[in-house]
Amino acid sequence: MSDASLPNGSLPSGGANPQSVSLTEPDARTKKRNAAEKRFRAYGIAAIGAGLFFLVVLLFAIVSNGMGAFQQTFINVPVYLDPAKLDKKGERNIDDIKKVSTFGYNPLIQKAVFDAVQEAGIETPLEKTKDMKALISASAAAQIRDMVIENPDLIGETIDVRILAASRVDGYLKGRVKREDVARDKNIDAEHLDLVDGLQQAGVVEKTFNLDFILGADASESRAEQAGIGVAMIGSFFMMMVVLFLALPIGVAASIYLEEFAPKNRITDLIEVNISNLAAVPSIVFGILGLAVFIQFVHLPQSAPLVGGLVLTLMTLPTIIISTRASLKAVPPSIRDAALGVGASKMQSVFHHVLPLAAPGILTGTIIGLAQALGETAPLLLIGMVGYIATNAPDGIASGLLDPNSAMPAQIYEWAKRADPAYYERAWGGIIILLVFLVSMNTLAVLLRRRFERRW
Amino acid sequence: MNVMTRLEKQVDTNAIKMECRDCQVYYGQTHAIKDVNVDIEDKTVTAFIGPSGCGKSTFLRCLNRMNDTIDIARVEGSFKLDGEDIYDKRVDPVQLRAKVGMVFQKPNPFPKSIYDNVAYGPKIHGMAKNKAELDEIVEKALRRGAIWEEVKDRLDAPGTGLSGGQQQRLCIARAVATEPEVLLMDEPCSALDPIATAQVEELIDELRQRYSVVIVTHSMQQAARVSQKTAFFHLGNLVEFGETGQIFTNPEDPRTESYITGRIG
Repeated sequence: MSDASLPNGSLPSGGANPQSVSLTEPDARTKKRNAAEKRFRAYGIAAIGAGLFFLVVLLFAIVSNGMGAFQQTFINVPVYLDPAKLDKKGERNIDDIKKVSTFGYNPLIQKAVFDAVQEAGIETPLEKTKDMKALISASAAAQIRDMVIENPDLIGETIDVRILAASRVDGYLKGRVKREDVARDKNIDAEHLDLVDGLQQAGVVEKTFNLDFILGADASESRAEQAGIGVAMIGSFFMMMVVLFLALPIGVAASIYLEEFAPKNRITDLIEVNISNLAAVPSIVFGILGLAVFIQFVHLPQSAPLVGGLVLTLMTLPTIIISTRASLKAVPPSIRDAALGVGASKMQSVFHHVLPLAAPGILTGTIIGLAQALGETAPLLLIGMVGYIATNAPDGIASGLLDPNSAMPAQIYEWAKRADPAYYERAWGGIIILLVFLVSMNTLAVLLRRRFERRW
Repeated sequence: MNVMTRLEKQVDTNAIKMECRDCQVYYGQTHAIKDVNVDIEDKTVTAFIGPSGCGKSTFLRCLNRMNDTIDIARVEGSFKLDGEDIYDKRVDPVQLRAKVGMVFQKPNPFPKSIYDNVAYGPKIHGMAKNKAELDEIVEKALRRGAIWEEVKDRLDAPGTGLSGGQQQRLCIARAVATEPEVLLMDEPCSALDPIATAQVEELIDELRQRYSVVIVTHSMQQAARVSQKTAFFHLGNLVEFGETGQIFTNPEDPRTESYITGRIG
């Protein structure tokens, strides 16, 4: 622009003999302009390069920190279910068997592991079966007790079980727990780590893929090895259903009315401005609104996906309305004229012609809005969507809308808060799962757009 | 159809189809059309000419109430179709537009198949009881649009895939499919090449047998070629309205003469 506004006198053609200027030799002005252009391109490339660099760093951090969560260390041992300990009366009465708590099972498992150590011929200063406690997850006793209660005939038999190793053992095999760290660790000693090495060689301890992390439920603070994100996934799924079934129809109806039918006056202008503003309102504000309205006023249950879905609907609506209006605006007015010209009513022109053309955009906007809602954490914290649910859908999935639950991002937040470093790894793992969902939703949006996009 | 009787009728009566009196159009504060009086005759091509922005398209859009869709537009005066006021509160603009069809400046086929483009109007007006009848209506409309021979083998192809001239003839076919009585054309050839223009002009001449055609055009030659009546608009006023031959050879108003000789506009 500044080039054009310069006075003519500064141009070389003004003073010098114009015939002496060769086209093959760029003059000073052209050189300067070309240099500026090159510089600008370099800035652009540098900006994109920086963006890509940070993306790669982020992905590397997530994958390297989180992949560990998909692997888990297990101990495969034969456990002898001693009748003298589990059913002292010997009557196989289920009520008597239930009286034996997990404390009754612990020695049996410790003995099993101890025997495995003896069998593998590992030399160790740990001479008592009780010393094996540090290797075994606290969940193991509960796991075997559940098996026994379900099938009391197992008592007296030796069963091959796969139990979770303690989170320190798991961390050692994953390189998270180092030998120099354990000196200050009350939970495990260096001798235990020697045992783990030996047991791993003997094939008793193994690290395998951990499906329970994806499908399982959350676990207590001290049982990081048992925690999974499955329940939170169900919670997120229910919330997304609520958002989809509320936000899509409401958002599309509102946009169609505003874009195609509403008169352009102060009131609609005001509504328009407010919708744009709503899209920029911090999500935590929606959270406190949800708390005040849905829980304290309407008395819907806390921690319920229904409430979470309602709050996220409020949050997603502006996104859907804005993107729907943009795609309605993008439909050329000539299509509306054409429909009106052959005698279609306003509504016919919208529903027969405009809406089908805008559908890919609406769909994309909706999916992007859903993805945004799926990753939202702050409002969920305020309405208590951080329920600690240790059992996977106890009353069946159908009751999910009103049952307390958690959501994936809230679950990740919870894990990141916990003290055990094993939970840190699980938080990253949860982020990987969340990202997989987000990326697949966005891919779906792109594919749908490609598939349905029509030219006019 | 009884084409012969219609032709005979055309010879002896050039009845007035639309009668417009004291028409005013305002766009917000702008007075876009001032005191326009025009009679549009049946089975006649009436051309509106004039420089850009003179209001000829605006006036055309009044004739089927397309200006209703513009919020700030306000129309006053009397517009009568066969003696009935089309701006009467009881008139449904949707019904009116079925009677007064419109073809636009830019060819605007729906992004659907050729068949669906033409069948859409008859479908929403319930003109066909079954598929066979609809097929018949579509074929008839495409024949009247002088495009049947070119598209009869690919009725399922998208209408947007045709060439510009074909698209415009498709749009004309779509407009005549609802059996309108008046056909409004807003610069129908401005986006077309000379060959396609010639085809459309030929078509307009044929359409005159059945419909009253009103055409807005920038090309004075086109107005002279296709129309029997010409109205010259300037700055929102109707300057002169009369037989085409007379307007072009012996205009009464000096402004008309300046325009057709190329001094204004």
